[in-house]
Amino acid sequence: MLSIENITHSIDVWLYGTFNPTAALLLESLIVGLCAITLFAVLGLVLVLMERKVSAYMQIRLGPNRVGPGGALQTVADTLKLAMKEGLTPDGADKFLFNLAPFMVIVVAMLILVPVAFAKGTQIWDINIGVLYISAVSSLSVIGILMAGWASNNKYSLLGAMRSGAQIVSYELSAGLSIISIVTLTGSLRISDIIDSQQDGWWLFKGHIPAMISFVIFIIAVTAETNRAPFDLAEAESELTAGFHTEYSGMKFALFFLAEYVNIFIVCAIAATLFLGGWMPLHIGHWTAFNHAMDYIPSSLWFIGKTFFLIFVIMWFRWTFPRLRIDQLLSLEWKYLLPLSLFNLLLMTLISIKGWHF
Amino acid sequence: MQPLTSRAKAVDRKPMTMWEKMYLPAIAKGMSITFGHMFKKKPTVNYPEKQRPFSPVFRGLHVLNRDEQGRERCTACGLCAVACPAEAITMEAAERLPGEENLYREEKYAAKYEINMLRCIFCGLCEEACPKDAIYLSETFAPSNYTRKGFIYGKDELLIPDPVTQPEEYAKAKGQRH
Repeated sequence: MLSIENITHSIDVWLYGTFNPTAALLLESLIVGLCAITLFAVLGLVLVLMERKVSAYMQIRLGPNRVGPGGALQTVADTLKLAMKEGLTPDGADKFLFNLAPFMVIVVAMLILVPVAFAKGTQIWDINIGVLYISAVSSLSVIGILMAGWASNNKYSLLGAMRSGAQIVSYELSAGLSIISIVTLTGSLRISDIIDSQQDGWWLFKGHIPAMISFVIFIIAVTAETNRAPFDLAEAESELTAGFHTEYSGMKFALFFLAEYVNIFIVCAIAATLFLGGWMPLHIGHWTAFNHAMDYIPSSLWFIGKTFFLIFVIMWFRWTFPRLRIDQLLSLEWKYLLPLSLFNLLLMTLISIKGWHF
Repeated sequence: MQPLTSRAKAVDRKPMTMWEKMYLPAIAKGMSITFGHMFKKKPTVNYPEKQRPFSPVFRGLHVLNRDEQGRERCTACGLCAVACPAEAITMEAAERLPGEENLYREEKYAAKYEINMLRCIFCGLCEEACPKDAIYLSETFAPSNYTRKGFIYGKDELLIPDPVTQPEEYAKAKGQRH
């Protein structure tokens, strides 16, 4: 059967058979890098179009429908426009940091891609601290944002960056705690182990109510972490024009934009992996016939389906709710989500010690 | 105090209940509203491909009419110019020469007939003033232009195609009115 696992495996075998191990490793890294960049470009194009279409349909509009069939090439045209524009650097800006910031943000987004399992056996690096790695690296993106805000020499940018910093640092806590609550159930930080442990059902259903609570908290926290509405205080176009990327134009702006959408994809992929079984098809306990029927759908489709469903949910949030005020945002995290997720973690630990989960 | 309208409603200032303070029901309600919007019929009209139907009394761009034999009806009497509240119409009259009977219906005709579409308010008073049914407002509206001069429409833009030689274009320009 043709699957991504077989393709990658045969390429691997061929490379190691043809070249010496060092050259093969280098070539493999090159191929993986190219695939990651291609994935980035495709994700950017697809997600921006999806966002515009979802927002349009939620506002009873049609959305972009002129470029290409049904507007499918709209983002290609937009990217072309951005690529043609001049990348301005303001006179008062710290030139080095200003130009470094978008690359910092995009490199961080690329790094988180490493342990994500796209399909059965398709993972760049199955690192044994996968989940820890993700939560560690994802908090680095705040440095890029702060850098952009500081180096722009613009009050709006600085305000946006400071807000973003406060927001990401505080929401990192409850996102981390909901990740830990799943890790207590799996007993492993390795992504492939977490997916394997969901062979007989997804953690969202197996872990009773605490799993559902931590799922909801995780979705809220990552929405805040990726600076998405209703937590988009870092950009807040009506207050801060565009927040930390006010001064950016052309491709440097496009990189920020791309990083935002790729970050959404990654956090949704992680939510899908932890709570909805990643590429694991929907299996219910011992219903063998049902499980076999579900196995016929390719694992990559399962992964993409779950991830895009979660992305849709996050877009759905954005186009439904008004923006929170900064004090409301912080009190939501520190007064409600954090105690709730701590208590939830306690419950989850109890469940996993007593073995009450399915 | 007496309320000013029958729709006045006192603002509810009682503290929120525990259930309301959780905000979750309100959040679910809001999300169901936006989800419901996705399946609603979109009111957008894809303009160049589809056009919104006009009402039969719509007053669009002017047309200078011809009779059944393709002769211009206008006699340059100037009643439309007098009736025009925006003073958008100018014309110059000329006498019909022998041999031009198939071009102009009566002995006098408009050699020059101009309407400034930037001044025109599309009130339709010219149409009402005309004793010869020579001018009427069609269903099309004024298109865009690059210069102000381009909005001064002369006879070449206003005159309807000849019903004898170009029957199809005539029918199209005539539209549903008259």
